[in-house]
Amino acid sequence: MNTLLDKLWNAHEILTNEDGRSLLWVDRHLVHEGSHHAFAKLAARGARVAEPGLTIGVVDHYAPTRGSAATPAIARMIQTLEDNAAAYGLTCFGLKDPRQGIVHVIGPEQGLTLPGLLINCGDSHTSTHGAFGALAFGIGATEVAHVLATQTIWQTKPKSLRINVTGQLGPGVGAKDLALAWIAKLGTGGAQGHAVEYSGDAVRALSMEGRMTLCNLSIEGGARFGMIAPDETTFDYISGRPYAPSGPAFDKAVDYWQTLSSDHHAEFDRDVTLDAAEIAPIVTWGTSPEDALPVTASVPSPSDASKDDAERITATLDYMGLTPGKALTDVEIDQVFIGSCTNARIEDLRAAAAVLAGRRSKVPGLVSPGSQQIKSQAEAEGLDRIFTDAGLDWVGAGCSMCVAMNGDSVAPGKRCASTTNRNFRGRQGRGARTHLMSPAMVAAAAVTGHLTDVRPMLEGRSAA
Amino acid sequence: MSGWKTHLGKAICLDIENVDTDQLIPARFMSTPRAEGYGSFLLHDMRSDSSGVPFSDFPINKHPNASILIGRRNFGSGSSREAAVYALVDFGIRAIVAPSFGDIFASNSVNNGLLPALVSEEDATRLFALIDDDEVDLSIDIEKRKITVGDQSIPFILSEAWAQKLINGWDDIDLTEHHRPAIAAYRARRAQTLPWVFPAEETAG
Ligand code: SF4
Repeated sequence: MNTLLDKLWNAHEILTNEDGRSLLWVDRHLVHEGSHHAFAKLAARGARVAEPGLTIGVVDHYAPTRGSAATPAIARMIQTLEDNAAAYGLTCFGLKDPRQGIVHVIGPEQGLTLPGLLINCGDSHTSTHGAFGALAFGIGATEVAHVLATQTIWQTKPKSLRINVTGQLGPGVGAKDLALAWIAKLGTGGAQGHAVEYSGDAVRALSMEGRMTLCNLSIEGGARFGMIAPDETTFDYISGRPYAPSGPAFDKAVDYWQTLSSDHHAEFDRDVTLDAAEIAPIVTWGTSPEDALPVTASVPSPSDASKDDAERITATLDYMGLTPGKALTDVEIDQVFIGSCTNARIEDLRAAAAVLAGRRSKVPGLVSPGSQQIKSQAEAEGLDRIFTDAGLDWVGAGCSMCVAMNGDSVAPGKRCASTTNRNFRGRQGRGARTHLMSPAMVAAAAVTGHLTDVRPMLEGRSAA
Repeated sequence: MSGWKTHLGKAICLDIENVDTDQLIPARFMSTPRAEGYGSFLLHDMRSDSSGVPFSDFPINKHPNASILIGRRNFGSGSSREAAVYALVDFGIRAIVAPSFGDIFASNSVNNGLLPALVSEEDATRLFALIDDDEVDLSIDIEKRKITVGDQSIPFILSEAWAQKLINGWDDIDLTEHHRPAIAAYRARRAQTLPWVFPAEETAG
């Protein structure tokens, strides 16, 4: 009786050490500009990249979204990646490559991400790729150097946690709300040391885009791994992608992929069940993803909390510029951002556009598609016009305002409704105030100028 | 990297939960080459005002010689940026003591000789009470998994794998080199049984 985690782990284990760690084979290694420390370590050893064919580079964290790099330091980061890729013979999706985009968006889009693979990247949101039934996890620079040099990684097997979501999500409620709901329930450290497997009818009903959003946010609950057993939805998504197997090889692969699910009576170290019907559209009010509440709620009050919590809530509200007891829907925003590896796929853009169509945004904002391919597709569907007609800026693909490394940032004290994954202090720029929510909810906030329940705004429209 | 078994140093408290790696080092400093040193970036936006003037009462400003940091739950959550560990190490920190750590942060720490010592919530609170906003001599023994402060001793949790790495200052690449034949055999087996796992479109442009 094996869990999906057991199956994936066993399939990649080359050996175990007496200290309890496993040496695992890495099928795909994705690198970005932030990998410069790792390449420097490799160079210091005089080592080569063990498997250039399994190592793919992409420019995303520092990618300019309007014209050229904002500063010479940013241009240098991008150049360093391209130079390293050239020196070691790696494929690199540079700024001019039509395959460029955010690393966790382009992996699946290009068919590099497949069920049953072990995927590493020096980025914590690598858990995204687990949506395909892959063993995918983020690693630090020393580990990146190790993977580059050996195509393997040492890991201690995590514990297993199943999050079972029964029932169906209501209209206007999506994967982002589901993810924030479980993180609010278990806390940001709630899944530390665990690999999460998502299951249940509500998860099965999600598209690949939704599954990626859900697995992406696993790390915000503390889990380095998130995964979903592959099914027809997965196979349909993969079929025909550039790096995916095709013809008879695809059929063989599907045979194998169908074995990748937890056995019926497999035991998990922990089990959590959520009822999808109870989940409302969610927004965050604080500076940790666990600070999440249904949009119908009010800003929490320190006087309702224990002493330790009260201190934290007070400090958080001070940073966020919020008063206790205020209805969340009364919180006015200064700007919006639609983008990031969490919510910048085509389905996310459609969901935002469904709300914005024929409406104007009261605040300025940026819409940055997850990849150049998504950008073209959105333009072919006319979504870009909906955004620009609403008064928002339609810009290039990259991490952009999710991490504020490329020059796109939120000014100190400004409040941004954002589809990203981290509301940490200063994440979107020093002093920036971030409220996390789904693309549809960001669109709703744009239209009204304050946090808003999107559901009534969808009446008479088909929520994409 | 050289290993260590015991350390005696000044401990200080950082009484904040969820100190994520974006706080430990804000993203804008991460394009700096490591050779320039990351110590001054540590907790940059918490320790100084927006014009860069340090808050004199912030723990690491008040006690620049501290080498042990006592933290609260979920220390080092968030981004995988190893630069967060570089900032701590370059500042002179050798050990973080906290009731829980971000998983990736903890492994990055061990890879840089920084001990993530996991203690119970109660013991963390005890340490906070003992140290308060002062700095206090504290000793740490990795083998015994023991923290000693005055006549009190507090146990911590650390896996054997990580203890060995910290003690020996091991670089995993050296260790892995010994397993080259096993890796090659695995690769050959994988290529034979599941050939499609190697991408259809190998390295192009
Ligand atoms: S979009 Fe944000 S979270 Fe995703 S990879 Fe880029 S910086 Fe990281």
